[in-house]
Amino acid sequence: MGAELIKLFELIVSASLVNNFVFTWFLGLCIFFGVSKKMETAIGMSITFTAVMVISAAISWLVFRFVMVPLGIEFLMIIVFIGVVAGLVQGSDTIMRKVSPGLYYKLGIYLALISTNCIILAVPLMNVGNKYSFIESIAFALGSGLGFSLAMIIMASIREKIELADIPVPFRGLPMAFIIAGMIALAFTGFSGLITL
Amino acid sequence: MSDANQISYWELIKNGILKENTIFKLALSLCPAIAVTTSLKNGFFMGVAVVFVQVMVNLTVSAMRKFIHQRIRLPIFMLVISGWVTVVNLLMDAYVPDVYKEVGLYIQLIVAFASILARAEMFASKNRLTPSLFDGLGMGLGFLVALVFISIFRELFGKGTILGVSIIGAKPLLILVLPAGGFFAVGILMALFNWLYARYAAKPGAH
Repeated sequence: MGAELIKLFELIVSASLVNNFVFTWFLGLCIFFGVSKKMETAIGMSITFTAVMVISAAISWLVFRFVMVPLGIEFLMIIVFIGVVAGLVQGSDTIMRKVSPGLYYKLGIYLALISTNCIILAVPLMNVGNKYSFIESIAFALGSGLGFSLAMIIMASIREKIELADIPVPFRGLPMAFIIAGMIALAFTGFSGLITL
Repeated sequence: MSDANQISYWELIKNGILKENTIFKLALSLCPAIAVTTSLKNGFFMGVAVVFVQVMVNLTVSAMRKFIHQRIRLPIFMLVISGWVTVVNLLMDAYVPDVYKEVGLYIQLIVAFASILARAEMFASKNRLTPSLFDGLGMGLGFLVALVFISIFRELFGKGTILGVSIIGAKPLLILVLPAGGFFAVGILMALFNWLYARYAAKPGAH
């Protein structure tokens, strides 16, 4: 049991730091650059994102294992997974609106954005590719969510400062954000080799 | 856009490549722009896959636009897109396995491209077959051109080669092929595109 726990811990650390989705896989960039202008929105997005990620990874795993493998339709996984994600986002949108309108008012807008995020689709696909078990899939999703949150929060705190800086005109806005992301990515290369799975 | 057939097809293609360039102007679908552009070959095949999916999705949506009910159009568009992405995914796996090994994940994630869904929604679902074809071609080519530019820049300065053939004979800026360099490359090229656009296209006669 101890060895398994360590394996799970390694998976979380590896997915969040060493193989950070934003900085080494370059996924979820649209949202990463779109929502990281303010700290408040970045945090809201991170919470919603991590929650949806874990739930969607769990459901996708169950669907893949207990519906798609018995039916022999693994090649349809792109279509099925996108359906799972879209259904989940739509469902949690409706449930949140009924159950806790306060939370919906705060985080609801991020939910709609999430369905266009490629990480949320990439995690189930990679879970299948790497043949993770159910618990491992959840750990991987949790690590990915935490890694994305970390990236968002670092980025937002830098961009709030950069708003005040005097940047050459062609670089204003996105190009500068890219350069900053490059520098953070450079820092994140320091984590490579920390854990090899 | 009911008078779209009066706009020439060339205009539609130019619109996709310059005015609404997916990567440099709209800043959409950035993930693969950085991930697969470490070499020209990968960037090119990724671009071709996107052109194919965009054109086929536009054609399918345009052909079915009279039968799609307004309320459920988005799920149907998603279904069409993921269908064509599955086709490209299997084709690439079969015919260019060495490229697929490196860019496979990103090919599958074409599904999540906002730009493809946006063109289906904004253009193909309202226009006839031929304009939709050229619109898809233009948007796809815009993406392809951007990817090719970025990957030439990165491969030439990062590895000193083009398509694996040595040009410079040294590795002047190794950082460009590292993950972090991708961000720098796109940032710099985007700024360059902004600068050229502001200088020559947006304000003719100024300066």
